[in-house]
Amino acid sequence: MRIPVETFRLDNGLFVTLSEDHTTPIVAVNLWYHVGSANEKAGRTGFAHLFEHMLFQGSAHVGSNEHFELIQRAGGTLNGSTWLERTNYFETVPSNELALALWLEADRMGELLPAMTQEKLDTQRDVVKNERRWSVDNQPYGTMLEKLQELVFPPSHPFQHSLIGSMEDLSAASLDDIAQFFATYYTPDNAVLSIAGDFDSAEARTLIREYFEPISRGKGKPALPPMNLPAVFGAPLREVVQDDVSLPRLFMAFRSPIFGSDQYYAASIASTLLGMRKGSRLHRALVRERQIAADAGAFTLDLAKGSDLLVVDVTARPETPVTQLEEEVEREIDLLHREGVSDEEVRRAQALIETDLIASLQSAGERADRLSMFATYFGRPELINEQVDRYRAVTTSKVNELVAERFGENNRASLLYVPREGVESEKLLAAAVGAG
Amino acid sequence: MVATLRPKPGPARSYRFPTFTDERLPSGLRLVTAPVSNLPVVTMLVLVDAGSTNDPPGREGVAALTAGLLLEGTPLLSGAEIAEKFERLGTSVESGADWDSAFVKLTTLSARLEDAATQLGQILRQPAFPDREVQRLKAERLAEILQLETEPRGLADEKFSEFLYSPDSRYSKPDEGSTETVSAISRTDVENFFRANYRTGSTTVILAGDVTPESARALVDKAFQNWTLGTAESQKLVATARTGRKSVHIVDKRDAPQSELRVGHVGLPRKVPDFFPTLVMNAVLGGLFGSRINLNLREAHGYTYGASSFYDWRRGPGPFVVSTAVQSDVTAPALHEILLEIERIRTEKISDDELSLARDYLDGVFPIRYETTAAIASALATLVIYDLPADYYDTYRNNIRSVSVDAVLSAAQAHLHPDMLQTIVVGDARAISGSIAELGLGEMQVHGS
Repeated sequence: MRIPVETFRLDNGLFVTLSEDHTTPIVAVNLWYHVGSANEKAGRTGFAHLFEHMLFQGSAHVGSNEHFELIQRAGGTLNGSTWLERTNYFETVPSNELALALWLEADRMGELLPAMTQEKLDTQRDVVKNERRWSVDNQPYGTMLEKLQELVFPPSHPFQHSLIGSMEDLSAASLDDIAQFFATYYTPDNAVLSIAGDFDSAEARTLIREYFEPISRGKGKPALPPMNLPAVFGAPLREVVQDDVSLPRLFMAFRSPIFGSDQYYAASIASTLLGMRKGSRLHRALVRERQIAADAGAFTLDLAKGSDLLVVDVTARPETPVTQLEEEVEREIDLLHREGVSDEEVRRAQALIETDLIASLQSAGERADRLSMFATYFGRPELINEQVDRYRAVTTSKVNELVAERFGENNRASLLYVPREGVESEKLLAAAVGAG
Repeated sequence: MVATLRPKPGPARSYRFPTFTDERLPSGLRLVTAPVSNLPVVTMLVLVDAGSTNDPPGREGVAALTAGLLLEGTPLLSGAEIAEKFERLGTSVESGADWDSAFVKLTTLSARLEDAATQLGQILRQPAFPDREVQRLKAERLAEILQLETEPRGLADEKFSEFLYSPDSRYSKPDEGSTETVSAISRTDVENFFRANYRTGSTTVILAGDVTPESARALVDKAFQNWTLGTAESQKLVATARTGRKSVHIVDKRDAPQSELRVGHVGLPRKVPDFFPTLVMNAVLGGLFGSRINLNLREAHGYTYGASSFYDWRRGPGPFVVSTAVQSDVTAPALHEILLEIERIRTEKISDDELSLARDYLDGVFPIRYETTAAIASALATLVIYDLPADYYDTYRNNIRSVSVDAVLSAAQAHLHPDMLQTIVVGDARAISGSIAELGLGEMQVHGS
């Protein structure tokens, strides 16, 4: 099963991938800009994400909030998201509205700045501060990502600082910052445009030329500081966070091979067999058999530069002491490190991953996003068709090599959340223990 | 220069919701099959009329617990072995219960469908409900309830239901049960619930994806032979409001940076005759990014990351609710704006522009909603659960298009009740209660969290 992939590049550097499929009369347009929080300068944490919000505030020929309105009027869905290494913008529309989606993306790539005002910036700053309150500050374990980044990356590393940003830095962002960031990063040569679904390739090429070709190439972006890191932390890292949470929860992170590398696929399988679904090791041992955890899982962040992170995530049952939570997770990781994994476990992980990969390709938006991702990180969108084979090629001994290298005591960073001391949480804990 | 002229849409290509067959098998089982074969994937969804509204009083949560326990053991297999059997096939089964039904579902590559379906049938035929697993799933639910105490969004939702419905209404308690009711559930309760509710006549198997009606029939006949015959009895649902007057409840969360707000009242059952005008009315009020409530609270005032309103559709009258989280110091002004918007849509006609935005969106987005086999299966489940006509999806877009400005106004006047609004705030009571009291939202009560 392969999805078709065509590519071309405009003279201004915009890289385009096209993937036709006429099953349903809908089409997905997806743009990746190769800029994320990693590119932020000192004192401007959160800016890449705030900037993403500003891209929905209009451009030279599009009014404030009109981008949303025009797409929704057309019967489309849309959004954007910001990550450490990239920012994406996407819409899925009925196929007869492809031109509208492309035109809107081109207008904001070409002429965003005429629409930017202090008032819009101030409002979106408030919106983003409320996003921070909602998803980070007023949410149990909401600080996990920023605390983890701070714990595992060295101070000057581009992945070390918060993606959503500090309130102070958000307050400092100015219209000048907007103009500078736009000129530096929102250029056709720093972007990938993907279209997937029901469209005619020749027509799409004509539209893309008409709308995007007039946009000038950028002047290049500043290089990121060196990002490579040793394979392991060197010594165990640990941070305890007293927070407004009911149950202790341990995030244990391991430096792991960057996304897309051969070793990455072994790490991804290790993460799957450790913590994906109920048949996984951690779920079986800690939730089902020993019953010390309410939940257990594992995932990779899929960072394509420097170093990826594999994260094990275990929430304690109310009656489990914090020390026991830590010890039992350590014990499972020690066991994995000492004895490795079985063929059976690797096959289970491969089968689960294969189904997920294929099922995800049902959605045009998903296909377009993955094409953009592989094009942005590796210049090769056709990698979308090689993923199943890459996973199938991983042998048990490859996983065991990875496990031996990365799961030792010298490569563990523990971020441990514990309920804030106080009568209230003790009362809650006591009540729950009594009830169980 | 980018082209300055906005492109016009080309001619629309037609779209039809996937055709499906709907039949009653000799065993009494209902089978719905939608063949869709662009990718070698199938979703199988087993729907049983065994939702949380069937929970016996005092044992609220038993429907959800029973559904969860279906996969935790048979006389021959342990729960761990069951999980492993499916995962080796590259799939995993999910089970649970919502208000109106219990479900078991999986998505698999079509080459492995037969094995997966056979396994599923075997497991569902004789769940053993091992006591150890009953106790474990109960303990996990109790841990989840405890988590909610520090999770403002979930806590606000739960308190909203509690203060909305009369205490004897099933909807006043969490669908998965409270600490008190879950603690009271025994293994026998689970077994009794299973026996009473899991019958062929109350079960529908939905298959969507790379499968034909013929192969589906053979598969289901084989997988579900020997199931208990007959139909279960549904309980009579009580879903009355807790009070006829508006009131406000503040659930104190000391020093909270935001207030979680829920404003609403008892809503409508899914089969309300003016469903489509109500849907469009809500889209204008708070159902879209470009809706009045979101544009007001987020884009005009910057009070919030997002605000929305919705009807929680169920067989019985689920809630109508406006839901948002705002920074603490603007709690009262935000509530004021929400009340204004509810009042405004009841008193003035919406503009043609607003009507066309809502209608065009709901009409145009229709094909985008059914891209995946899981989404198609879930759309078919909606037909089954609410007993909607077979041509529901074929007529949906026309029904949306025929809603008028007047119909929206009538729906707003008939179905929004400012005098009965219940306001629930999870936030810093000391900082916000004074200014909230001045809004006239009715009697105010402050609760410890």
